[in-house]
Amino acid sequence: MAALQTDVLVIGGGSTGAGVARDAAMRGLGTVLVERRDLADGTTGRFHGLLHSGGRYVVKDPPAARECVPENAILRRIAADCIEDTGGLFVTTPPDDPAYAEQFLAGCRATGVPVEELPVGEALQREPRLNPRISRAFLVPDAAIDPWKTVWACARSAQAYGARILTYHRVVDLVRSGDRVVGARLANDLTGEEVGVEAAVVVNASGAWAGQIARMAGCDVEIQPGKGIMIAMNHRLVQTVINRCKMPADGDILVPIRTVSVIGTTDVRVPDPDEAPVTQGEVEQMLDEGEVLVPGFRRARALRVWAGVRPLFQETKPGLVSDTRDVSRSHTLLDHARRDGVEGLLTITGGKTTTFRLMAEVTVDAVCEHLGVKRPCRTHEESLPGSQDGGHYWLGARLASREPVPRSEQIVCECELITRRKLEEAIDRRRTVNLDDIRRTLRLGMGPCQGGFCIYRATGILHARHGVDAETANGSLLSFLQERWKGVHPILYGDQLRQAHLDDWIFQGVLNVRELAR
Amino acid sequence: MSSVRETLDHCVKCTICETFCPYSKATPLFPGPKYVGPQAERFRGTEGSPDYSLDYCSGCGICTQVCPQGVKIAEINSQARAELWEERGIPLRNRIVARPSVTGALGTPVAPLANLTLRARPARWALERTLGIDRRAPLPRFAGRTFQAWARRRRGPQAASGTVAYFHGCSTNYYEPETGERVVELLEHNGFRVVVPRQGCCGLPLQSNGDFPAARRYASRLAATLDAAGEGAPIVSNSTSCSLMLKREALEILEVDDEALRRVSERTYDVCEFLLGLHERGELRTDFQPLPLTVPYHAPCQQRGHGIGKPALDLLALIPELRLVELDAACCGIAGTYGLKREKYEISMRVGEELFAQVRDAEPDLTACDSETCRWQITHGTGVPSVHPVELLHRAYGL
Repeated sequence: MAALQTDVLVIGGGSTGAGVARDAAMRGLGTVLVERRDLADGTTGRFHGLLHSGGRYVVKDPPAARECVPENAILRRIAADCIEDTGGLFVTTPPDDPAYAEQFLAGCRATGVPVEELPVGEALQREPRLNPRISRAFLVPDAAIDPWKTVWACARSAQAYGARILTYHRVVDLVRSGDRVVGARLANDLTGEEVGVEAAVVVNASGAWAGQIARMAGCDVEIQPGKGIMIAMNHRLVQTVINRCKMPADGDILVPIRTVSVIGTTDVRVPDPDEAPVTQGEVEQMLDEGEVLVPGFRRARALRVWAGVRPLFQETKPGLVSDTRDVSRSHTLLDHARRDGVEGLLTITGGKTTTFRLMAEVTVDAVCEHLGVKRPCRTHEESLPGSQDGGHYWLGARLASREPVPRSEQIVCECELITRRKLEEAIDRRRTVNLDDIRRTLRLGMGPCQGGFCIYRATGILHARHGVDAETANGSLLSFLQERWKGVHPILYGDQLRQAHLDDWIFQGVLNVRELAR
Repeated sequence: MSSVRETLDHCVKCTICETFCPYSKATPLFPGPKYVGPQAERFRGTEGSPDYSLDYCSGCGICTQVCPQGVKIAEINSQARAELWEERGIPLRNRIVARPSVTGALGTPVAPLANLTLRARPARWALERTLGIDRRAPLPRFAGRTFQAWARRRRGPQAASGTVAYFHGCSTNYYEPETGERVVELLEHNGFRVVVPRQGCCGLPLQSNGDFPAARRYASRLAATLDAAGEGAPIVSNSTSCSLMLKREALEILEVDDEALRRVSERTYDVCEFLLGLHERGELRTDFQPLPLTVPYHAPCQQRGHGIGKPALDLLALIPELRLVELDAACCGIAGTYGLKREKYEISMRVGEELFAQVRDAEPDLTACDSETCRWQITHGTGVPSVHPVELLHRAYGL
């Protein structure tokens, strides 16, 4: 069994865990981050991509709104390349209570969310597909944030400060010595190897899975996994984040992110964060709500649907709350020494990607306190790798990068414009045989055909690289197809149904992939 | 917003458009219709046009015609190009070649000098260096008179069984007035009174060169003129690209919101389409004399965009002894003003090569083609004179 020793063991490779690992490493603490799958494979990688201005929370949850304001500004600075400055609109649509707009304005003033009312005509000029019957429109500094880029940038920064990042390592158990958690036993799910980590402090940043981890130390943390579904539409129906100006509810956000626009979301309590199926009812609900924001939404092409699971935690009345949206979206830091008499374990939960840096800061402050060291947080001062020049992400970048001779290089994924060279670089850098890992790195197979035309190409290239044997490459192809299918089958209508047919003819009819599974 | 953009949702990446596109075959600078159309469009829409390469699309429209899913590929490109030029500023050359009514009016009074100059090497060299109009490209000759002047002098027959309004377009007016004269005489021969309103450009060259605001003004002005002409009678045109503009493109690509244009769009016919309609109702005179000529026929891309088949073939088949050869090469390469441009001339000639070879193989006396710029290009590429089908009908009637 391999053994590691460190100051801080961070459990969970979402935005919170990656943020904690970066913060701890920047403060000079020995840091190991462990993630059971790939980075940002859980809740972080399954949200709509909205970097909140705070506007959504100004009436319902003012403390959450107050947290968003400075964090939004900090992330725009330190994670510039991960963010597209789309701006956000709150619009009063016909079904919305017009009185909410005044509450919203008052809430923005009270919490410090910058807001400017736009004349309706101007809002419609800016977003011509928006429902022409909106009665008011407010501009706020919402933005779109790429979760994978952000988490990977944090991880790379942490690594540069000496942290170790262990993906595909599952926590088998926490190791206790008396009243103290002193480390964890891990299993490398790719090699089967066991790894032991001794740590002065363990930070449980496993989000919706935090209850499962805490239980390993004998602590009872009641996480209410709140499932939210999102549908990615084939192209950008809007170029600005659109929110309904009403009390937060289901399907009231439309986020333009990268080449798609994502409508979300729902909020349904589920018992197990690993079981979050998408129901037909939820899909219909999203499409109906989309129609309110953008007339003709149902005729537009839906690419894919997925569910994420929020880690909502409420200490005071566990088991009593059924609508998880009533729980504050602010984070909670649990010091299990004070709470449960278990030393050496902190749980950071709740919160949202917009405030992940702040969550990491308060967590590492507590870690330092435990370790008896005084080191200030610097994560708000230093830009993430790739964001040093301060330029925001631009939608046209990939297309522009292929000029002036667009056909000079072979394209593997046509929808997301990924060249063979980019794919090979990613395979080398990620040292992975899993095409789904590559997907999260490059957006491979995330466009309209959902891998229909690129995954067989990518499989061949993977096979040709570093002696990945045919069986492994084929296995990767099959699991990729399976993963894509999960997101496509609940929205099979119209254009995406036709695409699915064509993809099926390619993979079953021409390539006979069924045989590969034998 | 635009219904054109939304058709990108129908793309299933089948690549049929790419296999038909004659331009992506001819140059690596044009990445192909699927790439610049439904694919690239997903990366557009925020500030800044990312891709200049879309300007290598000629707008021939073959991609849209062959797409089995209904993606308006050429139209997406056309709109994206307008945004590109709006940002970058339209080059002087594009502004000049896009205004045939202006160049025509300027050149006509000084036609001998203008024609001499436009065929003189030093002048063409200077034109290439200063404006970027390729010195080898086929430029038309000014006729030195206008079709309008002829039409105003003409007194047609008194008795008529019906009326048509004639939309002759700029080329007929300034470069080929004889084609317009043939059209009028043909229609009169078949018992129609022909109304010829004063008319300007349809805006198509402006649209192809990315100047949508100006194109919209021209299209609306022309629509108002034609709407008022002939009291609802059919509008007939011998320019397939200009009539396609009225029928479809101004509404769809330029998104001109204009009742007059919608009415005009409904009553506009290609002249061959109109004559074949007469024939199908037994109303076309068929007193054709034999014409023992070998004539290959090329249906221009914009003609195919009408979705009316190839009525010229059926009409010409009525002429005794005419040896008609249907050419199936996709495109002559000129695409209106595309092939005039220095950076695109050679692409244009490579695109046209298949058609030129088919023409040469047919050992023809003449070639026939509905579009004027295509005729100039075919003659340029093969040395064989090219005429509008009405010219052959006119001869066969012995008019």
